Amino acid sequence: MSRIAERFAALRDAGRAGFIPFITAGDPDSETSFALLERLPSVGADLIELGMPFSDPMADGPAIQASSSRAIEAGMTIAGVLDFVRRFRQRDRATPLVLMGYFNPLHAYGVEPFASDAASAGVDGLIIVDLPPEEDDALRAAASANGLDIIRLATPTTDDKRLTVVLNRASGFLYYVSVAGVTGTKSYSEDELRFAVTRLKMQSRIPCAVGFGIKTPEQAHAVAGFADAVVVGSAIVNRIAEGIKDKKSKVVIVEETLEFCGELAGSVHAARAATDIG
Amino acid sequence: MTALAPNSYRSGPDERGHFGEYGGRFVAETLMPLVLELERAYEEVKNDPAFHAELNGLLKHYVGRPSALYFAERLTAHLGGAKIYLKREDLNHTGAHKINNCLGQILLARRMGKTRIIAETGAGQHGVATATVAARFGLRCVVYMGAVDIERQKPNVFRMHLLGAEVRSVASGSRTLKDAMNEALRDWVANVRDTFYIVGSAAGPHPYPAMVRDFQCVIGNETKTQIKEAEGRLPDLIVACVGGGSNAIGMFHPFLDDREVEIHGVEAAGEGTETARHAATLSKGAPGVLHGARSYLLQNSEGQVLEAHSISAGLDYPGVGPEHSWLKDRHRVKYYSATDKDALEAFQLLSKREGIIPALEPSHALAHVMRIAPKMTRDEIIVVSLSGRGDKDVFTVANALGDSL
Repeated sequence: MSRIAERFAALRDAGRAGFIPFITAGDPDSETSFALLERLPSVGADLIELGMPFSDPMADGPAIQASSSRAIEAGMTIAGVLDFVRRFRQRDRATPLVLMGYFNPLHAYGVEPFASDAASAGVDGLIIVDLPPEEDDALRAAASANGLDIIRLATPTTDDKRLTVVLNRASGFLYYVSVAGVTGTKSYSEDELRFAVTRLKMQSRIPCAVGFGIKTPEQAHAVAGFADAVVVGSAIVNRIAEGIKDKKSKVVIVEETLEFCGELAGSVHAARAATDIG
Repeated sequence: MTALAPNSYRSGPDERGHFGEYGGRFVAETLMPLVLELERAYEEVKNDPAFHAELNGLLKHYVGRPSALYFAERLTAHLGGAKIYLKREDLNHTGAHKINNCLGQILLARRMGKTRIIAETGAGQHGVATATVAARFGLRCVVYMGAVDIERQKPNVFRMHLLGAEVRSVASGSRTLKDAMNEALRDWVANVRDTFYIVGSAAGPHPYPAMVRDFQCVIGNETKTQIKEAEGRLPDLIVACVGGGSNAIGMFHPFLDDREVEIHGVEAAGEGTETARHAATLSKGAPGVLHGARSYLLQNSEGQVLEAHSISAGLDYPGVGPEHSWLKDRHRVKYYSATDKDALEAFQLLSKREGIIPALEPSHALAHVMRIAPKMTRDEIIVVSLSGRGDKDVFTVANALGDSL
């Protein structure tokens, strides 16, 4: 069983939702970013989404755009991202790690070498934002040959017919994008979101994580009541941006960002119990 | 190894939007249903006589088509070689070829029941054309424009305001056309229900490259008829500038299967293709994926997109339409480049010799003609796509020539 499947099975047995923090590899610099990454499991991350920075992140809002720019400016590369994962895996064999990014850097690296290097570094899955099912044949073949999951996305614009396409050959988990919009901007309606996730879970056996627009522990708590996992990205990288703006030391930035992740994890993990009581 | 020539160079794209290995639909899942819906809607109108009747009526009475094919007698005499004809897209309403495509797309938007129009713009010509058709059809319009371009194309920004459009300054990335396109895509993702994105280049996800091309083919189709009338035969060479490549593909496409016609696209070499400051994507780039399609791209070894540089805002784009990439690889079209300096010279030459002030974009095509026409014989014929007029560029040119207006 893959690390992702194992983790979701364990969450199901424990009767709770998973917390998935997103950070961009190399933001604001390599050392700070790795310090953050390696401690995420200790504050309650059940799975980690690690961003591969790109110059033109079309599906991202201002927070993740800025995060991506900081990482590129600090010199992060695809090889650097894979090195992060390798170092992370030396200490942590259990926490699944998925890479999120855009296709061009992988295209430049070479799809097959990338899939093979990512797998040997210890990556578990890939979310490539601008690679819909219609275009992912080559990457899917390389990923599957190397045991990597391709995480597909469903959105509020995904109707039943489209969902069939999205779910065909989806693996790992399904990522439900809570709003029609870019990351970290709009907010969703909780009722509509609950309805959408319920619908997805009726049509698919793979776990469903929800992301985009979840900013506070309260929101994360509510979504964890019905989703299998909750992804928070922009709100986390915003902590880094604010820390830099306030001229805080890197150590303080890491501590405060981890503290915030800990709060998010706590509220996600407490959700089902609260739902039962409520 | 030479690839076999296909039966026709005009049959692309395939049903998945690919021109060989180029093109496609590399967009976020949120946009996929919209892109597919757009494709269906476009397929419907493509063969609908009522749609074309309305479009042709507007092209005639609103745009002023057909645009003239003008024999540039004094330029020809000056260069002392091939006869040079100019396809006068600069005489169109709004002053460039962009309006051809905007009219087609806004008619489609109206059919699809969309009420809000968005667009990206570099030089501002596509923004002005979009704002124009939005005003004509009473639809709300938001135009994304890089902060750098807003600075260098002020007259067009003011024109868009006059036309009732909102111009949103884009301060991310290189603050030029590519960033404006990123921002327009972000807007589209966030406003999927009511918004139609009028893409101005023959770029973006399928069906845009094919649709924009089809709407721009009026340039080449008219040229074909007009040159036969004027000369009784097809030209030996056609030349157009290539940024994203919409005027070029519109001019080239109707001639692609006329093997006797040589075709040259001219990219912006900025300060020189040997420097880092140019926009010669096909000459100096490598295949990659940006803005929804696989195509040649200016990028570093890490696959990060590089900033393009050109004196002409309309060519200042690190990507290019996918069909051009395919035509380059199949060797049907040859791609050259011209520097800022070459373009400025051509800009002045045409102004002085023909009394026509061209836009800086087609000045690149003219610069190429200045090099090549003298080497051709006097009975050979060149047609140049004069894709826009130069009013918008007078401040830029004055500045480059050290003249403070």
